[in-house]
Parts: sequence; C-alpha cells; structure tokens
Amino acid sequence: MSSSTYYVPEQSRWPILASTALFLLAFGAGTLLNALKVDRGGGLGLVLLLAGALMMGLILVGWFGNVIHESRGGLYSAQMDRSFRWGMSWFIFSEVMFFAAFFGALFYVRVLAVPWLGGEGEKGVSQMLWPDFTAQWPLLNPPDAERFPGPEAVISPWQIPLLNTCLLVTSSFTLTLAHKALLKDERMQVRRWMFLTIVLGVVFLGFQVYEYVEAYHELGLTLHAGVYGATFFILTGFHGLHVTLGTLMLMIILGRVVVGHFDSRQHFGFEAVAWYWHFVDVVWIGLFLFVYVL
Amino acid sequence: MNTLDTTLHAGEHGHHGPAKGIGRWLFTTNHKDIGTLYLWFSLLMFFTGGCMALMIRAELFQPGLQLVEPGFFNQMTTMHGLIMVFGAVMPAFVGLANWMVPMMIGAPDMALPRMNNWSFWILPFAFAMMISTLFMDGGAPNFGWTFYAPLSTTYAPPSVTYFIFAIHMMGISSIMGAINIIATILNLRVPGMTMMKLPLFCWTWLITAFLLIAVMPVLAGVVTMMLMDIHFGTSFFNAAGGGDPVLFQHVFWFFGHPEVYIMILPAFGIISQIIPTFARKRLFGYASMVYATASIAILSFLVWAHHMFTVGIPLAGELFFMFATMLIAVPTGVKVFNWVATMFRGSMTFETPMLFALAFVVLFTIGGFSGLMLAIAPVDFQYHDTYFVVAHFHYVLVPGAVFAIMAGAYYWLPKWTGHMLDERMGKLHFWLSFIGVNITFFPMHFIGLAGMPRRIPDYALQFADFNMVASIGAFIFGLSQLVFLWNVIACVRGGEKAAARSWEGAEGLEWEVPSPAPYHTFATPPKLPESQR
Repeated sequence: MSSSTYYVPEQSRWPILASTALFLLAFGAGTLLNALKVDRGGGLGLVLLLAGALMMGLILVGWFGNVIHESRGGLYSAQMDRSFRWGMSWFIFSEVMFFAAFFGALFYVRVLAVPWLGGEGEKGVSQMLWPDFTAQWPLLNPPDAERFPGPEAVISPWQIPLLNTCLLVTSSFTLTLAHKALLKDERMQVRRWMFLTIVLGVVFLGFQVYEYVEAYHELGLTLHAGVYGATFFILTGFHGLHVTLGTLMLMIILGRVVVGHFDSRQHFGFEAVAWYWHFVDVVWIGLFLFVYVL
Repeated sequence: MNTLDTTLHAGEHGHHGPAKGIGRWLFTTNHKDIGTLYLWFSLLMFFTGGCMALMIRAELFQPGLQLVEPGFFNQMTTMHGLIMVFGAVMPAFVGLANWMVPMMIGAPDMALPRMNNWSFWILPFAFAMMISTLFMDGGAPNFGWTFYAPLSTTYAPPSVTYFIFAIHMMGISSIMGAINIIATILNLRVPGMTMMKLPLFCWTWLITAFLLIAVMPVLAGVVTMMLMDIHFGTSFFNAAGGGDPVLFQHVFWFFGHPEVYIMILPAFGIISQIIPTFARKRLFGYASMVYATASIAILSFLVWAHHMFTVGIPLAGELFFMFATMLIAVPTGVKVFNWVATMFRGSMTFETPMLFALAFVVLFTIGGFSGLMLAIAPVDFQYHDTYFVVAHFHYVLVPGAVFAIMAGAYYWLPKWTGHMLDERMGKLHFWLSFIGVNITFFPMHFIGLAGMPRRIPDYALQFADFNMVASIGAFIFGLSQLVFLWNVIACVRGGEKAAARSWEGAEGLEWEVPSPAPYHTFATPPKLPESQR
C-alpha cells in the first residue's frame, strides 16, 4: 500500500494566495450585493470581486501549472495517482450532494408544500391565508400573485430540453471515444473527439441561454415568478455553471493534448475532467426528468 | 515565484527541518505545522466564543435587562454558537487529525499537502469576515446559529450576506479537509495495516470525513437559497410565492443532524485511544466500535426532523423520526458499554487525559439520556425551545466534544512538545472544569423543564436562583480555561522530558517515534509494532 517514494511537496505560496483571493471574491460579492439591494452603485464591491476573480484565475493557472510540471517531471508514483483519484471521486460526491439539496427542495415543494398551501391533508391549515389558492404543478398561480406574478407557461420539454439532452448524452459518448483513442495513443483521434465534445457542450450552453431569454421575455418565467421559477432557475442555473466549468476544463485538456501531454498509461488529468463531464451529464438527466418532463 | 524549480529539487532530497520565520506557517505543507495551526486557531476561537458565552451568562445573572441591549444579546447567542461549532470544535478535531492520523498509520504526510494548507488558511479569512459583521450597520447576524428563515431572510440585518459567504468559505475548507483525510487513510496506510487494524481515532475520522463531504454541500445549498431569496427575489422560503419556511428547516437539519455527529464521532475516537492506554488493556469490542460508529453515521441521515417536532409535520413523520432517533441509542450504548468493559479489571491510573476521558463517558451519557427524552415527540412539545434543550446539547458538546478535545490534547502533548505535563496543574484544570461545567449546565435542565425559553435576555422571577447558579458556574468554567492555556504554553516551553512511549500503556505507531516527533516522521514506511500485527 505505501511506497517509499510518496511525493511530499515543498512549501508553497499558492494556498495562502488562494485564500486571499477567495476572501476578496466573497467580501466583494457581499459588498456588491448589499449595495445593489439599497440601489447604491456597487463600486468597491465590484472592484474587490473582479480583483478576487482575476487573482483566483491566475492562481489556478499557476497552481495547476505546478502540478503538471511535477507530474511531467516524474515525481508522482502510482500511489500519488490513487490519492488524486480518491480526491476527485469525493469532490464529485460533494457536488452530487450540492445538487441533492436543490432536488430535495424541489420534491418537498411539489409533493408537500404546495398541496398543503392548497388546503390538502391535515396540514392544510394555511388555506386560511389565501383561501382562493388552488394547488397545481407547475405552479402558475403563486398564492400572492402581486408579489410573485406566476409564469404564463413553462418551457416545453420536447423542444430545446430534449435536444439538449441528446447533445449532452452524445457528448458523453464522444468523450469516451476520445478516452479510448488516448488509450491506443491515437492522438489525432483524441483531438477530434475532444473537439466535438467541446462543440456539443458549447451548443448546449447556447441553447440554454436562448431558453433563458425566452423564459424571461415570452413566458414570464423569472426568478420572481414564485417557487416554480426559483427551483427551475437554481437547478438549471447551477447545472449550466457546471457545464461551463466542464467545457473550460475540456478546452484546457485539449490544449494539453495538442502540446503533447498525456500518454496511454498516465493521463489522470484527462480522466478527472471526463468523470466531471459524465457527472454533469447525469445531473442533466435528473433535471430533464424532474424539472422539465414530470 | 520560484516554486517550480524548488519543488523539483525538493522531491529528491526533501527531508529537512522547518523553514524559518512566518513563512513556515504561511506556506507550510507539513501535516504537523498545519495541525498546530488548526489547534491554535481553534483555541483562539474557543476563547472568543467563550467570551460571548460569558456575556450571555452575565446578562442572565439576574432577571431584568442590565448589561446589554436585547438585540446585541441575540447577536451574542448567534455568534457564540457559530464560532463554537465552526471555529472551535470542528477545527480542533481537524487539527488533531492532521497531527495524529499520518503518524498513526505510518504515512509520510497527508495525501494532498498543499490542499491541506489551503483548507486551514481559508478559515482565518472566513472568521475575520464573520466576526467583522459585529461592527457593521445593523449589527451581526441575530437569528440564532440555526438561522431559520424568515428571520434570516426577510427580517435579517444586511450583514447576513457576509455571513452567507463566510459559511460558503467554511464549507469549502471542511470539504477539502475531509477529502484529504479520506485519501490519507484509504491510500497511505503502512503495509500490513488492514482496515480492521486501523486505530479507532482514524476510523471515527474516516466516517466523520464522509459525513462532512455528504452534508457540507447541503449547507452550502441552503445558504445559497437564502441568498437567492434575499437578493434575487426567489421564494424558496416564502409561502406567498408557493415556497415554505419549513423547507429551510428540513434542508438545514439534513445538514445539521449529521453535523452534530461530526462534532462527536472524532471525540469517540479520542476516548477509544485514551481509555485502553490508562486501563492498560486492549479496547474491548474493537469491531463493534467500528460498526457502531458506522451505524450512528448512517442513522444520522434519517433523524433530522426530530429538531422540528413542533413545527407542524404530519403524524407519520413525527412517529418515524421519533423511533429512528431512539434507535441511535443502541450503537451509542454499544460504545459506552465497550468503554466501561475496557476499564473492567484494568490496571487503571488517573492521569489528566484519563480524568477527562472518564468525565466524558459519564457526562456525555447524561447528555445522551436527555437527548433520548427529547426524542419522545409528545414530550418534546413541552421541552422544545426551552433551556432543557440548551442543557442537553451543552452536555454533549462541552463535557462531550470539548472535554474529548482537551483529553486528546493532554494525551498527545508529550508527543508534540517532547515534554510531560505538570500533572498538578492538569488536575487543577480538570477539577475546575468538571465542577464548573456541571454547575453551569445541570440547573438548565430544571429551569428548562419549568418552562424557561432559550435565547431570551430576560426571564420570569421564578427562574432567578438557578440562573444565578448557572452564571457562577459559567465563570468558574470560563476562567479555568486559562489554566488550560497556561498548561499548553508551559508544556511547549519546558518540563520533564517525555519518552517515545510517553504513557506506560500506550500502543500504536505514534508512540514508536521519539518525542517530540521529528518534523518528517516516516521517510519510509515503518514496521507495524507487535501489538498491531
């Protein structure tokens, strides 16, 4: 299990810098949001936020650069590789739980909270607050329609969402084909399949943006549109952010393939991003079923 | 940044002492340095949160409003809870894990040393941001450490935004710390150390790390929904838009209940290391300890709504969560019986770590029993939100988690510093703490059963006597922690030389290396000692 060559890095400046960047991001975001809430311009908050984001971006380049340098310098044993694998697996598990919180909220609202508001069952006492409210899902008629004007309609699952499902599922296959090609050291094939994966991801994101615009401008489906809009946008929004991040990571990995990194035996960077991409894909299947179809 | 070249060279001959100056602590990748940072940070937060507790107890010394404004009182109860949970107890356990896990399993360091440093250094920034809210317009968060919506959304002070981001940062830190501990334990064990030979402290931490990775993202999710409700017009926790404030409580406690086991499972591990040492016997029922810990962890996901019996959940829910909660008494009982059986006919001595461990077993069990009372849904309708609840969770957290941390600190201080503790001062600290903690929290059972609600700055006259007693106890307990600080500093600075095996009955790899442990413990994997083969 243990080998004598486990690599313990020397001192590093990246973590403390990254903590500073994270603080700037968080403090800047807080200041900006609070300023916007009272209709003050976001001056200082915005500056801190952008400074933090820029700093974090540079740090990630430097820190990962370090790791890549060490990896290509042959410092990482098979045991180190296993540490990375455990690390990535548990990170993805934490992401699963993050989405689980929002899925849980969706199920609770659909199955319990909204019917109770409509007076159903022994907990239906809140019918006293809004006697005219009738429960339905999708919730087009929030109890207090003045504060939360409900959407006129919701997105039909059988147009863009179905197309997007096909795109993401296909991209999982193309990425697997890229991996198979890498295992056989057919590097041109790797580049082709990875490029196709990235294109599919970008097209998915384009459709997602189009769908958001349509939701806002034509359907009245907004963040303010009651709890349907809230659950819709938090689930699809965080998923979209993850697809964006995954696409960026795929681009970096493709760049590394192009400059000659990875071989058929050692390519955990590639695999980690592939795991992440498949995870994003699986979340989408859940979204398609529970947010759009059912 | 000259890291690129230095790292490559260091890989070839990486074993030398610590760097000089502040850079040692800022840039370190050494598990012992990082453990030390965690432990000192935790102690600082313990005193900060402790001062807030003393402010609360000073106000409650007599009925009527004497010292602080009610609004500030609310900020104190909130910040006290948040600081103690996220700043004192959790980082202390992570610090102990950092120091001890690699030594116990014969690893060269933690699996991912740079990320380990990052996990720590996020915390001072996060707490600086959270504590700075005390000085902001509208004051610090004032909605209790459980931050129920709509108190924490519609009616919250503006500083809640910073609180949300501080929680995000603490979550990132905890998740990375937990990933590191899991990777270390699963991947860096010395050859021959199978999972069922793993020291129990490592086992409990492995399971705790799993709980952390499972529930910290859920906490992130719930504060994100708060942020959306506050700043982006959503209605997750607002019935006017079809949401439900009770949804907040469900999601929060889905995090919150495993969280309370996150704060106690490593304590179980520490006690399971200490009692065999001073009873000079092997731990009774090792395998059952492992299974009990795992059972508690699994059950912790199925009991969250016992915090919400009075909020209006269906009868079937009340029954399910009542019985599921009572089920936890079974594995917990297994543990208590195993500790007692370990001591049975042992050659016991009562050094300071053992005294704290024994107090843990007795007082934690009291806290467990009051938890069992609270689990009974119909009677919880009377106990809910009274001082009985305060008494219950302080019994499991102070003479539970905190005593275990102190027991662990006293137990491993010789290994860290190379010096034995002054036993007289250790015993002074123990007895003052033991007496202080019981004077503080035991009367709270009575005033709670009599109906005094929690989180109020003033109370009815009939509660006056017990409140005065509790406040006196709190000051005894609080001030006696200065003895702890003195003990730690004295032990760092000098004292009787500690042997490699600092305690006569101590077993395990960490006692095979000299005291103080060398900066890099195991360059190559060590041989497992006879007792662990």
